[in-house]
Amino acid sequence: MPFDEEYYNLGRLDRLSYKNTFVHRLDPRAKLIATLLFLFTVISFSKYEVVALIPFFLFPVLLMTIGDIPFLFILKKVLIVSPFAIFIGIFNPLLDTGHVLVLSGFTISAGWFSFFSILLKFALTISAALLLIATTPFPSVCHALRRLGMPSLFVSQLLFLYRYIFVLVEEAMRIVRARDMRSFGASGTGIKVFVRIIGILFLRTIERAERIYYAMLSRGFQGDMPTFKRSHITAIDLVFVATTILFLVVFRFFSVTEGIGRIAQELFR
Amino acid sequence: MSHHIVEFKNVSFRYPDGTDALRDLSFRIIHGESVGIIGANGAGKSTLLMQMNGYLMPTSGTVTIGDLQLTKKTRQDIRRKVGIVLQNPDDQLFMPTVYDDVAFGPLNLGLDEACVRERVQKALSLVNGLELRDKPPHHLSGGQKSAVAIASVMAMDPDILAMDEPAASLDPKSRRSLITMLKTFKHSKIIASHDLDLILDVCQRCLVIREGTAAADGPSIEILSNKTLLEENNLELPLSLQRLQVG
Amino acid sequence: MHMADALLSPAVGTTIWAGTLAAMGYASKKMKENFDDKIIPLMGVLGAFIFAAQMINFTIPGTGSSGHLGGGMILAIMLGPYAAFLVMASVLTVQALFFADGGLLALGCNIWNLGIYPCFLVYPLIYKPLVGDSRSPRRILVASLVSVVAALQLGAFSVVVETLWSGKSELSFGTFVLLMQPIHLAIGIVEGFVTAGVINYVRNARPEILESITASRPLGAEISVRKVMITFVVLAVVTGGALSWFASTHPDGLEWSIEKVTGTSELPTQEHGIAPVLKGIQEKTAFLPDYNFSPASTEEKKKEESASWPVIEAGTSVAGIVGSAIVLGMVMLIGLVIRSFKRRHT
Repeated sequence: MPFDEEYYNLGRLDRLSYKNTFVHRLDPRAKLIATLLFLFTVISFSKYEVVALIPFFLFPVLLMTIGDIPFLFILKKVLIVSPFAIFIGIFNPLLDTGHVLVLSGFTISAGWFSFFSILLKFALTISAALLLIATTPFPSVCHALRRLGMPSLFVSQLLFLYRYIFVLVEEAMRIVRARDMRSFGASGTGIKVFVRIIGILFLRTIERAERIYYAMLSRGFQGDMPTFKRSHITAIDLVFVATTILFLVVFRFFSVTEGIGRIAQELFR
Repeated sequence: MSHHIVEFKNVSFRYPDGTDALRDLSFRIIHGESVGIIGANGAGKSTLLMQMNGYLMPTSGTVTIGDLQLTKKTRQDIRRKVGIVLQNPDDQLFMPTVYDDVAFGPLNLGLDEACVRERVQKALSLVNGLELRDKPPHHLSGGQKSAVAIASVMAMDPDILAMDEPAASLDPKSRRSLITMLKTFKHSKIIASHDLDLILDVCQRCLVIREGTAAADGPSIEILSNKTLLEENNLELPLSLQRLQVG
Repeated sequence: MHMADALLSPAVGTTIWAGTLAAMGYASKKMKENFDDKIIPLMGVLGAFIFAAQMINFTIPGTGSSGHLGGGMILAIMLGPYAAFLVMASVLTVQALFFADGGLLALGCNIWNLGIYPCFLVYPLIYKPLVGDSRSPRRILVASLVSVVAALQLGAFSVVVETLWSGKSELSFGTFVLLMQPIHLAIGIVEGFVTAGVINYVRNARPEILESITASRPLGAEISVRKVMITFVVLAVVTGGALSWFASTHPDGLEWSIEKVTGTSELPTQEHGIAPVLKGIQEKTAFLPDYNFSPASTEEKKKEESASWPVIEAGTSVAGIVGSAIVLGMVMLIGLVIRSFKRRHT
């Protein structure tokens, strides 16, 4: 059942984030900034760039291996969300018919290059975002956002959302399971039933919000969600960010891959 | 020791939709007493608890906690004295990690970080939950959640502990741990529950609520062996007493 | 549909993020001014509710395919524009992080497309006027349908514009629009029905709940129509200006690389096959055929461009392919070595 599977995936990613590896121990702000810079660099490549993107896979690979995140898990998630990008991207080779010379006499249309570029950028950006979450507990990401300047009301929202997603999804699953048990075939999945399910879930949510508010008041809540400093930047975090920036600059502005290729060609001549 | 007294004097409460949940309810609980609140569903038990920390204000009559009478102004101070543990720990644990939840109360009291950390430590060790400190609540089992919910209230150092159906979703082992723990607490305890065996085990005194008012008030052992009284209130003898009766 | 990082350019992404962040800051400020703190847990769990609701799907009558709730509109109706916007932003953030839906840089666009339009544009300008003070289910249904459809159309249209401005896709404006708008029209109609259905359901089952929510909304936080219009006009001008400035320094990658590789700046085009057919369709549907931000490049422009926006040669040579294979191999090797090292030491 896709619903159960999504929930399971959510839980798995969440649990992975609580591991204890070098990557997990890095300061969340450092990881967030490094990831954002990485993403920015990747998408700054021109639309036909393919070759220079290859070395960028080192970033997700390192995070995955040092952070102990299963490769297949990430791969599966990337593949699941790929249809949109593929759907839009596939028009490129069909519509962009300019030829680009590859090897002597052998040409491919430019559209294929831009399509591949999209695919590579897609794989890089999605895996980087996933790995950020897989190696940083979500509450830490939220606190990092707050320290970096996001409005605290928004961050409280994120924390609440995170806390109650699992609770509400379980509640929704219970209602859906009840629906499925009483419907034999398509008749139970129509809109009217859906609206009723959503309506019930909505009411229960509001009632739950009341109870939570009661609990908050009982423990002295007066309008402001309390916060305090949680993490400190260490030298290791700074080295991590600096190394990442160096890596990004080198591979963005110098055609390293092609250089390596040329050296190889020379060696084998 | 007057600050540990709970007194309801002729308290009545009507909900906005017209339901008279409490009618002329009066009782007095003194320091260190542990009192069970029992009664049929809808009798007013939960409403009673909600009056205790000012979430609901009596329509008439007075609620006095210690030497403070409950008014809109004294609500906040009363909330420091009365810790309420709700039925569903998922409603009580709304912060992203256990530490955050237990620290929520002390932080709202305005304590500094070092003090807060100490309180959290103390509260969690009280419920044997120290190793849960950095976990998110949705990674906890039902019993663990209950324990943390209690810790989150205890961290505020209340004089009076009030609980609504504390063992409702617990498995027998967790329930037994809860009972053992409660017996070690020296605070005044007020426990609303259908679990009459728990009440028998933990509370020396019992208050029966029927249709919003006190129907009976006395030592637990007397009330809970009074079959007629219990059945009048949609209850039955505690299981442990039932077996004795049959034999 | 969500915008993806892979289709986004840094210029477009940054510009829209700036706008989104400004809106978030503004909404937070407005909320702090005067609210009943009861709304805080309500916002939080409603976010989780939207999430859970999105996971439940239903079959669209007549088509057999399944759809799900977006949520921006129903949040705006329940919570008011500022709160709803923040909740929607948080939902989309969690989606981007946990479900890889779109991407972190495209998140700015997604919050804009799926948050700003329903909360700050459609709700005050379309829904509120249509509903007025009425409680009639029919009025609510009509208002919901129109509002949700409008909001989704705006959102879908924005994805088209954002993709086009980013310049990573070959789709022309016309074709893309023809793909996106009808789909979102259908989705919008269904979501409109669901929105109205839920509101009416709640109103029948527990009317006091809607009253109490409205009561805890920020006072005086309703938006004036005039302010909205002025803001949007200003934004449009600023965005258009900023983007044209960025675009003029961004080289047309293809022409530049083609010149380097083949020595000509003209591209031979295919005569047969699917491409001309598609091109034909595109030409027929392209009602903005010159909608193209990159100006025709001249020698001077190119020098200027290469000075301010360095671009690596995008054509490929044998060295490039060989290099790619080697680097890929190295990366995989590094990965495998670290993996086995870890396994041996745990």
